Amino acid sequence: MEARDTIGVSRPFGTMPSRSLEAPSPRYGEKLIKAALAACAIISVLTTTGIVVSLLLPTISFFGEVNPADFFLHSDWAPTFSPATFGVLSIVVGTLSTTLWGMLFAVPIGLAIAIYLSEYASPRARKIIKPVIEVLAGIPTVAIGLFAITALKPFLENFIPALESTPFAAGVAGVAIGLMITPIIASISDDAMRSVPGGLREAAYGLGSTRMKVATRVVLPAAISGVVASIVLAGSRAIGETMIVLLAAGSQATDSFAFTSPVQTMTAFIATTATGDIATGTITYDTIFAVGSLLFLMTLVMNVLAIRLVRRFREVYE
Amino acid sequence: MSGVRTPGSERARLATAGARAVTASALSRQPAKDRIKGNIFLALLLAAVTIALVGLSALVVQAFIEGGPRFSLSLFTDPPSSLNVENAGFRPALLGTLYLILGVVVLIVPLGIGSAIYLEEYADSDRWWNRAIELNIQNLAGVPSIIYGILGLAFIVRGPLDLGFILAAGSLTLALLVLPVVILAAREALRAVPPSVREGSLALGATQWQTIRKQVLPAAIPGVATGVILAISRAIGETAPLLLVGATTFVTFNPTFFGENFSALPVLIYQYAARPQEEFKVLAAAGVIVMLIVLLAMNSFAVWLRNRYEQQW
Repeated sequence: MEARDTIGVSRPFGTMPSRSLEAPSPRYGEKLIKAALAACAIISVLTTTGIVVSLLLPTISFFGEVNPADFFLHSDWAPTFSPATFGVLSIVVGTLSTTLWGMLFAVPIGLAIAIYLSEYASPRARKIIKPVIEVLAGIPTVAIGLFAITALKPFLENFIPALESTPFAAGVAGVAIGLMITPIIASISDDAMRSVPGGLREAAYGLGSTRMKVATRVVLPAAISGVVASIVLAGSRAIGETMIVLLAAGSQATDSFAFTSPVQTMTAFIATTATGDIATGTITYDTIFAVGSLLFLMTLVMNVLAIRLVRRFREVYE
Repeated sequence: MSGVRTPGSERARLATAGARAVTASALSRQPAKDRIKGNIFLALLLAAVTIALVGLSALVVQAFIEGGPRFSLSLFTDPPSSLNVENAGFRPALLGTLYLILGVVVLIVPLGIGSAIYLEEYADSDRWWNRAIELNIQNLAGVPSIIYGILGLAFIVRGPLDLGFILAAGSLTLALLVLPVVILAAREALRAVPPSVREGSLALGATQWQTIRKQVLPAAIPGVATGVILAISRAIGETAPLLLVGATTFVTFNPTFFGENFSALPVLIYQYAARPQEEFKVLAAAGVIVMLIVLLAMNSFAVWLRNRYEQQW
């Protein structure tokens, strides 16, 4: 038939007039959209650049006036006094103290929750407990801070009478921080433990291991990079936490690690000093940024480490 | 060697006996010591779960017990006061938070989803700059919020943008703070849409943008919406950066978007909480109730949304 010839069924392969696979129009609209979307993604790079530049410039001018050795090697923090002294170690110790107390609370409890959720909990218990913990993780830190001073401190006074004599204590802030970061450790460690293949568990059971041995000697070591990542990430959160320490730890640079001692943290210093109309170009203004730079560097190192570790456990098991 | 001298049948008997003993010990009940240890371990795990759940719910319950008696409609209608605790409320701060969040939503929805689409659909992850953007966003998600306050103070309030201590500057600061949350959640939602959906659409002649707009994005909307809600609830509770960009305490008049002297709910809660008098702490607890009701409702909705529309491909 005629029609058959025109659609080329009887022609040998390859002699058909080739039709270009190129788009019929240059599609400028598509390119425009791609450029606009890329511009959105660039915003985040600009944010980082903005953070680095806005921290760096005043920090440089700060170290033009203050000897770096006086800043990093001394612990006599009194930048708003006259004569001012800038030994930052006092508030670094303050930050480490609240972080340490927080971690002492959160690491064992967070890990225990993760082990329970991934190795012991029935699917039903898991389905309730995990979302509840995740929703509670969204409680604003100012509410946790208020809880720390109105309820947690009176509660802890029952066990540590020395707390009664001080309105602020690093330990109270620390426990409150621990409450804040426990969900982070529990959630990420649980994800890491659940991505350990079932075969490892079955092999261990096959060799006669108890459930506890499987959890602590097989699953925990196999998920260790994710577990460590969750702890590092939680530590970085604890270091950067502001509102809890502002309300519960006070604003007195004491360079003490004691549970009952008031401390000033780096974040609390920034928050108390940078509020109100503080004049640009003064040494106090620059001090805020110098402390900010130190804080930024500390958390950056921890975050990069955590991101690497998370990536490793994903690579191994997924 | 004794093994060599043992006759064949004797060796078989020994081997069987040995194997039987091993099997029996492996299959028999666990030794009492292991059983006790296992039970203690489980008890400790349950104790930890209880401590965390009790601690976190005590936080919520305590706010309701302490602030409950103070909770009333006048809390929403009265301006704050540093002298007259009886009549002090949260009105300007609530409006301030509302305006701040409106600004945040307007900024993060297009920027966050746009970034996520670029990184997930267009960016070639073999290129170093795309990997750099990815790593950068992950890092930004971990930067302490007070550092964003410093950025807001030095870059938005003063410096290059020079907006002054206005509400819009606070809004912009909060938006930058929660942007990584939206991007990371939206990317995850886009990644969950299987490639076959895209390939099918492209094979039918749709352009890449048509594919994204008509196929990929609609399928990913629940996940994206969850991310946006979580970001908003984070922005509502965020206090520290606002302290730095000028959310001042006792504004008794209603804020405007480009006006100075604004306040926000969490900032006012902090200012009340930091006062030594007990009555102000009660007032702060009443403010926490307002905030918690909004946040827990939003977060629960987000978790529900994720579970309800989680699509199995």
